[in-house]
Amino acid sequence: MSDASTSSGVELRVNGTRHRLSLDHRTTLLDALREHLDLTGTKKGCDRGQCGACTVLLDGRRVNACLVLAVAAAGKQITTIEGLGTSGDLHPMQEAFVARDALQCGYCTPGQICSAVAMLDEVQRGWPSAVTADITDETIRLDDIEIRERMSGNLCRCGAYVNIVSAITEASR
Amino acid sequence: MREFAFTRAERAEEAIRLVAAGDAAYLAGGTNLVDLMKLGVARPGLLVDITALGLDFVTELPDGGLRIGAGTRNSDLAASPLVRSRYPVLAQAILAGASGQLRNQATVGGNLLQRTRCTYFQDLSKPCDKRRPGSGCPARTGEHHNLAILGASEHCIATHPSDMAVALSALDAVIQVQESAGRREIPLADFYLLPGDRPDRETVLPQGALITAVDLPPLPLARRSAYRKVRERASYAFAIGSVAAALDVVGGTVRDVRLSFGALAAMPWRARLAEEALRGQTASPEAFRDAAARELAAARPLPDNAYKISVITAAAVQTLCDLSGVTP
Repeated sequence: MSDASTSSGVELRVNGTRHRLSLDHRTTLLDALREHLDLTGTKKGCDRGQCGACTVLLDGRRVNACLVLAVAAAGKQITTIEGLGTSGDLHPMQEAFVARDALQCGYCTPGQICSAVAMLDEVQRGWPSAVTADITDETIRLDDIEIRERMSGNLCRCGAYVNIVSAITEASR
Repeated sequence: MREFAFTRAERAEEAIRLVAAGDAAYLAGGTNLVDLMKLGVARPGLLVDITALGLDFVTELPDGGLRIGAGTRNSDLAASPLVRSRYPVLAQAILAGASGQLRNQATVGGNLLQRTRCTYFQDLSKPCDKRRPGSGCPARTGEHHNLAILGASEHCIATHPSDMAVALSALDAVIQVQESAGRREIPLADFYLLPGDRPDRETVLPQGALITAVDLPPLPLARRSAYRKVRERASYAFAIGSVAAALDVVGGTVRDVRLSFGALAAMPWRARLAEEALRGQTASPEAFRDAAARELAAARPLPDNAYKISVITAAAVQTLCDLSGVTP
């Protein structure tokens, strides 16, 4: 198989900017962001879709960037932690994580925040979860149990969960 | 990971022609396939992206059933008001699986075709009759606490990991398939294969066959249905046992029932013997327990997975009690 057929020119739209890259098809969206675009806010944890550290928004939905091939993400809107807020202009979810001390080492934090922002949008749209008592109910009451279930795809090895739940609750108000 | 070519198909016929030629795979959500490619378990030379084929839909059928496009994301299916009201067991099963991130990517077709999480299957340094036929199965004498107790063979005791498929099995779903030769329908009950001496063959689909949709028949009793999943942590883990059930109880008597078990076999295990035992019986914990026992009489557990019999029995009794309003 020739080299040409195993790589492609790929246009990635990240945080509102278009980037033209030549990528080996094996490149995940996570590696494209970190290694080709120097957007290292998105973190590599397990690289197998089990930890959530690489969570980004793809057309507004949270996904594990480690399991998305960059070539398959071409043309979609990608939002990373760098696109949610800047140090001078934090996203309300970032502010809440700071205010509630919702981290220790911080490695899982970008994924937690991207995930939480998209999760609140899912709640807004009335998506049920595994702990929603009445699955036909289109209005979700976001209590701690709902937040824990909906955020279970983001692991925190420091165990900062109590304050993560508290920060998300604050940001949801 | 092996190098591979990539193309985004614009027409199903084109995708089918490319994948039927061999050494190629369909790419939809990729949540299982990309992981297996990283591990070296899957090694396609060509990926055909099928996300632009328009297979993302949930529509009502004239008979009152539903047609679910194979490219529908798990999260969209679980959020569908039609599914939530008519087939709650299906929405619950999907929501019991994976994480919010994975459900946003994973599709219905891919969920049906996902591969076992048996550690030997995923580890290239180990023998595995499913991955390399004839190499042997170390699981029987090794780590098997979450492997099969029903329908297994000397060659393979892998379980099918899907929650969604367990609900679809209870609902008598029918899979719509397109091939080079044309279209056909395959009832879910005829879709999966038990391992026997060829555990590498998991479904009746030939190379290149494309799942386009899943049909749900109209099933009024499914409005009263539920999915119960037992796992080793509260969320985001594969089942060690699960139950999908729909129940119609009139005047304390079971008029009709659908029951399927997950995480016990290489396929969702439709509990037809238990269903037969229950029809016409008075709804009671004892009747539910006896019915489960009748189904599980065929179980051939190993030293470290015999616990699944009591897990699945308790889950079945609790689920059926909940649906019938009987105190367990």
